[in-house]
Amino acid sequence: MKQGKGRFLTRRVAFYVATAWSAITLNFLIPRLMPGDPTSVIVRQLQKQSGESIPPEAVEAIQKLFGDPRAGLLQQYWDYLGSVARLDFGLSISRFPTPVGELLGAGLPWTLLLVGTTTLLAFAIGTGLGIAAGWKPGGRLDGFLSPLSTFLSALPYFWVALIALYVFGLVLGWFPLGGGYDPDLYGRPGFLGSVLEHLVMPAATIVFSAFGGWLLGMRNMMITTVSEDYVLLGKAKGLSSGRVMFRYAARNALLPSVTGFAMAIGGVLGGALLTEIVFSYPGIGYLLYDAVSKRDYPLMQGVFLLTTLTVLLANFVADSVYVMIDPRTREAGR
Amino acid sequence: MILDVKGLNVDYISAAGAVRAVNDVSFQLRRGEILGVAGESGCGKSTLIMGLIRLLRPPAAITGGEVWLHPREGRPVDIARRTDKELRKLRWRSIAVVLQSAMDALNPVARLSAQFADVLREHGYRNVEERTAELLEMVGISPDRARSYPHEMSGGMRQRAMIALALACDPEIVVMDEPTTAVDVVMQRQILAQILELRQKLGFSVVFVTHDLSLLVELADRIAIMYGGRIVELGEAAEIYRSPKHPYTKGLRDSFPPLHAPVTRLSGIPGTPPDLRNLPHGCAFEPRCPSRFDECAQRRPELLDVGDGLAACHLHDRERTAHA
Repeated sequence: MKQGKGRFLTRRVAFYVATAWSAITLNFLIPRLMPGDPTSVIVRQLQKQSGESIPPEAVEAIQKLFGDPRAGLLQQYWDYLGSVARLDFGLSISRFPTPVGELLGAGLPWTLLLVGTTTLLAFAIGTGLGIAAGWKPGGRLDGFLSPLSTFLSALPYFWVALIALYVFGLVLGWFPLGGGYDPDLYGRPGFLGSVLEHLVMPAATIVFSAFGGWLLGMRNMMITTVSEDYVLLGKAKGLSSGRVMFRYAARNALLPSVTGFAMAIGGVLGGALLTEIVFSYPGIGYLLYDAVSKRDYPLMQGVFLLTTLTVLLANFVADSVYVMIDPRTREAGR
Repeated sequence: MILDVKGLNVDYISAAGAVRAVNDVSFQLRRGEILGVAGESGCGKSTLIMGLIRLLRPPAAITGGEVWLHPREGRPVDIARRTDKELRKLRWRSIAVVLQSAMDALNPVARLSAQFADVLREHGYRNVEERTAELLEMVGISPDRARSYPHEMSGGMRQRAMIALALACDPEIVVMDEPTTAVDVVMQRQILAQILELRQKLGFSVVFVTHDLSLLVELADRIAIMYGGRIVELGEAAEIYRSPKHPYTKGLRDSFPPLHAPVTRLSGIPGTPPDLRNLPHGCAFEPRCPSRFDECAQRRPELLDVGDGLAACHLHDRERTAHA
């Protein structure tokens, strides 16, 4: 049994290392497969902006920045792997000469704060209500919650966010229109308050749009599970209905949701794109939006790599947690 | 007497109207007795026992009758009329249940020990671990298997664990819904022998439901035969097997090979079980009955004393009038 567990873990780790390596390699190759090179794009941009021709020394400097295009692909790949290992993602073009790593480091806490907490909150609320609704399908609670969730899930997120921004930000003026904090308060006593104030609307809109999906998923699993014999046996044992509901029904119905939750956590960085754009929230999503619109290749590459690795990490955690909560999957690992 | 069922009705309620799956069923269960209930699929036997222990899932519901439990201590209670909350104390202490498939009836994500512990604690047992070990040993499972999950055990072991679990709180009645259908024949014999042995030792009563009449003859003291939601014959096990009073019982007997005697010719029962939504006006078995006559289609026979046992069949009306 113990040996089986160990082997299972080793196999999973090996799988994820291989996947991470291919993700890094793709991240290296794709920009290089695109026609043209960043140097000429930037030179053209600078020419357009200034209306003058760019001196050859400047062109050479920019080329140096991106690495020598005449160097062999293998040499470039090797250099790239080395810099990734050192967490060195190069310098941003749009905010030259800030290192990409620094920008990512500045954006990451904001995204984790916003999307991390809201994903957790939406999962907890949706799953909790889903358990209650699925316990008595067709009951009063179910009759109210299920249509409501279907309705909420059908609303496009950006629309909800824009309406919220318009009503609560512009018309009522309850919450700030954008940003993650009040720059005037940076490092001062009121800073934490201002962070919370800026968090409310983006967080509320995410929870509002996301919890319905969790609710429906959990409710449907609950309905299937409630008709299982082991739930009937729990009742026959004379256990309290709360115990039967959680330990027998919900405990089993939760299993598929755990996978979904891990995927959602993995998607935290990428999933925040829309929210962060609408609310100009200073996270990774906004950074990516900025990078794409300004053709900041190193920054884009950095964000992509970070997103990919987060998804992998979350999947790994999900796999491991699943093995812990569902004893049956341990067999498969042997 | 431990259980007294009087005129129990169970309906499946739908928008199109109610379908009566258990119809005016009355019987008594004696202390320490094994009562077998046999019949084809859809005859209402499983619905009947789920009704007895109030575990019916909607849309099924008890719509009439009484189920009097006479517990060791305390006053008799009508299970059919108690609220779920009032029943909780009686459950597993007075009436436990063994379901058909142990694979489905054991919680797949909990160790065996946890599934014993929750019910033992619920009913006030302190020495949970020793009790679990004792119960497992009683059915021939090594106590160190308590740490196993259901999927780590063989089918036979799971079913025996289910029986051990049912005996956890020393119940007075154990209701068994085809507990040996999902295991192989060798295991089936072992489990039956174990049930008999444990009953001898602990003195509980059993209501045992199966479609296999020859199996019941080996196990049960008395047998009730169900057809179309009603009991059509009730009597001593050996008597029912040797000389069935109802043509349906005879048909049922002849469709299974006997467990001990050499196999002779097997004959099934022609036709299909009745549609409960649309039962015949007279005897429900009349369309399939080899001995039917005019009377059968016109009037439903009552369950009456026919000497050694009860039967609901017009054949015995004739005998009665002939004797009179």
